[in-house]
Amino acid sequence: MKIRSLALAVSMATIGLTSAVTSTAAFAQAKEQFFPVLVYRTGAYAANGNPWANGYVDYLKLVNAQGGINGVKLSFEECEFGYATDRGVECYERLKGKGATVFQPLSTGVTFALTDKAPVDKIPLITAGYGRSESQDGSVFMWNFPLLGTYWVAADVAIQHIGKQAGGLDKLKGKKIALVYHDSPFGKEPIPMLQERAKMHGFELMLLPVAHPGVEQKATWLQIRQNRPDNVLLWGWGVMNSTALKEAQATGYPREKMLGVWWAGAEPDVKDVAAGAKGYNALALQHSAEPKSKVVADVLAQVHGKGQGTGPKEEVGQVLYMRGLISAMLAVEGVRKAQERYGKGKVMTGEQVRWGLENMNLDQKTLDAMGFAGVMRPVQTSCLDHMGASWVRIQTWDGSKWVPGNDWYQADEKLLRGMVLNASRKYAEEKKITPRTPEQCKQ
Amino acid sequence: MAFFLETLIGGLMAGMLYALVALGFVLIFKASGVFNFAQGAMVLFAALAMARFSEWFNAALGGDSLLLANILAFIASGGVMFVVAWVIERLALRNLVNQEGATLLMATLGITYVLEGVGQTIFGSEIYAIDVGMPKEPVMMFENLFEGGILINKEDFIAALIAAALVAGLSLFFQKTSTGRALRAVADDHQAALSIGIPLNRIWVIVWCVAGIVALVAGIIWGSKLGVQFSLATVALRALPVVILGGLTSVPGAIIGGLIIGVGEKLSEVYLGPYVGGGIEIWFAYMLALVFLLFRPQGLFGEKIIDRV
Repeated sequence: MKIRSLALAVSMATIGLTSAVTSTAAFAQAKEQFFPVLVYRTGAYAANGNPWANGYVDYLKLVNAQGGINGVKLSFEECEFGYATDRGVECYERLKGKGATVFQPLSTGVTFALTDKAPVDKIPLITAGYGRSESQDGSVFMWNFPLLGTYWVAADVAIQHIGKQAGGLDKLKGKKIALVYHDSPFGKEPIPMLQERAKMHGFELMLLPVAHPGVEQKATWLQIRQNRPDNVLLWGWGVMNSTALKEAQATGYPREKMLGVWWAGAEPDVKDVAAGAKGYNALALQHSAEPKSKVVADVLAQVHGKGQGTGPKEEVGQVLYMRGLISAMLAVEGVRKAQERYGKGKVMTGEQVRWGLENMNLDQKTLDAMGFAGVMRPVQTSCLDHMGASWVRIQTWDGSKWVPGNDWYQADEKLLRGMVLNASRKYAEEKKITPRTPEQCKQ
Repeated sequence: MAFFLETLIGGLMAGMLYALVALGFVLIFKASGVFNFAQGAMVLFAALAMARFSEWFNAALGGDSLLLANILAFIASGGVMFVVAWVIERLALRNLVNQEGATLLMATLGITYVLEGVGQTIFGSEIYAIDVGMPKEPVMMFENLFEGGILINKEDFIAALIAAALVAGLSLFFQKTSTGRALRAVADDHQAALSIGIPLNRIWVIVWCVAGIVALVAGIIWGSKLGVQFSLATVALRALPVVILGGLTSVPGAIIGGLIIGVGEKLSEVYLGPYVGGGIEIWFAYMLALVFLLFRPQGLFGEKIIDRV
């Protein structure tokens, strides 16, 4: 009997203690801004997904090491989805219930799938350098933020650069440009812009899709050899990029004539091709590899230096690591901006973060102070422009490292705006969305 | 004409590389009646081991002798594949003697996930290079016959030769050696083989070891070509239509099947692809295999199964 009473007492005490601890944890959680992290650390795209995820998480740790956002600490949880759209949506469903206030899917396919869900759940989507190009129009796509650039920007700048190399856009007439693309929403996204540019300048556009994951491209490159295009645009991701470069080498296509999108311009894309990829160019979503930047020094000192680094130390500052880090920074700054309006030191809701992202104004001085001097240029969003910037550089692989060029390009605003508005209005009609008026935007 | 020949030759060489992976399927099926779904994962595992051992040995040797590092890495990776074979036999197959084919297939499906996960955990999930000195630049041939000549990929050509040699060696092993005959006996009937004194467990270790070595060679060739990364495991999916077409029990069938699939998918992509939006080569290979199945369910060279009703 005594034993039974003792057991009962211990049980009651345990329950009491547990509930006390739980409520403390819940309180602590309530003071944290939760960041879901959709990652692919396994599968066919892991080599590219890993550095992005490491950069993303390291930046969140850095912010925490520096005291959080006005005292609000950041918490995060990774969800592995292997770059599969269905699993990405599952991750979204699982993490949204944990207090997620902003998602970054790192997949155009998942972005397409979540674009209809975000307005219902009132959670903004940041798609820095990917996603739906027309979602730049915030009057229709209230919850999408393709910050820094879309694929239409990339396609436009790619043609501008090729035109410049040829001696002017008028010199493109009669030329042949091949697009070797990942046969997915990501790969197909630049086609409308390229077709538009082809009409404008009179060049022929060859479309060559490559099936996932892109390890078999022999037939594609045989067609390139047969048709001998003047330039090849590479719109690949993961192993497709290095395979394309190897096939280009095997078919003797000059790498200098190849220009990759910013997802085909990182270390995993060229590392094992090395000298075989020398001369290959790729767009840079503003930044390239930035090992000497101040923010990288901060991460090394305050995160890796304390044994809290997420990935290998050597990776810090590489192209995709920086992409992940900058993506995290944009989300954090969205929260910070929201706090300016809704209360400093408070945890923001999805709707409040959306406002913060829509009114972001990161000028050069702020960016420099944050350690991004020389890494990126100002970002200023508005209700009508959810992209905030369209600066692009060209970087070249010299056989052992990426070398960023000095020229900065911007998308042709008139052309881009026209296409974005056409597509977004069409989407609004389809989905029966009434675009926000300038007055509604101010609210 | 020159372009057609280029496509044809490219297809034939790709076909030999598919045959190399298909060989792993055929070997294990021929010797144990197991359809080894884990062959792709074995290729990945072996290639990861080879790439990392080569890197580590090269660093340990001070970067002076890549050849020696590669030889040591090959031996070490072979050892790893032996351990893998032994563990598979001990933990999975030994408990499944005389079970239905579907049960064994499901077991290999489980082995696939284990090998993929363990491989990436031990050796990492980045892209690694295997440098065995394969030439990367193309060579032009028959320039006097065709304007511009015919482009031959030297790397593919050498890989095709290695694959052909391996296939020939394995055919001889199966047909001419007593171990080869024992392997075939086990495949026919586990119990009957046991009853005449063939040690089933040892035979299974041997066959999984041989399949592991084939996976290692395939992994080195494919890894040198594509870089060692997770997608190597999906190469096995390219070999599936090959074994369907060639027959699961025939080594020559794997070669002929590989060549037909290789040529079929390249020609279809180049000549039919533009009319249907391109990117058709992967499903075209399966469609081709299905058409063959309609007429020859056992594949081109597979054994015809006749059951008494």
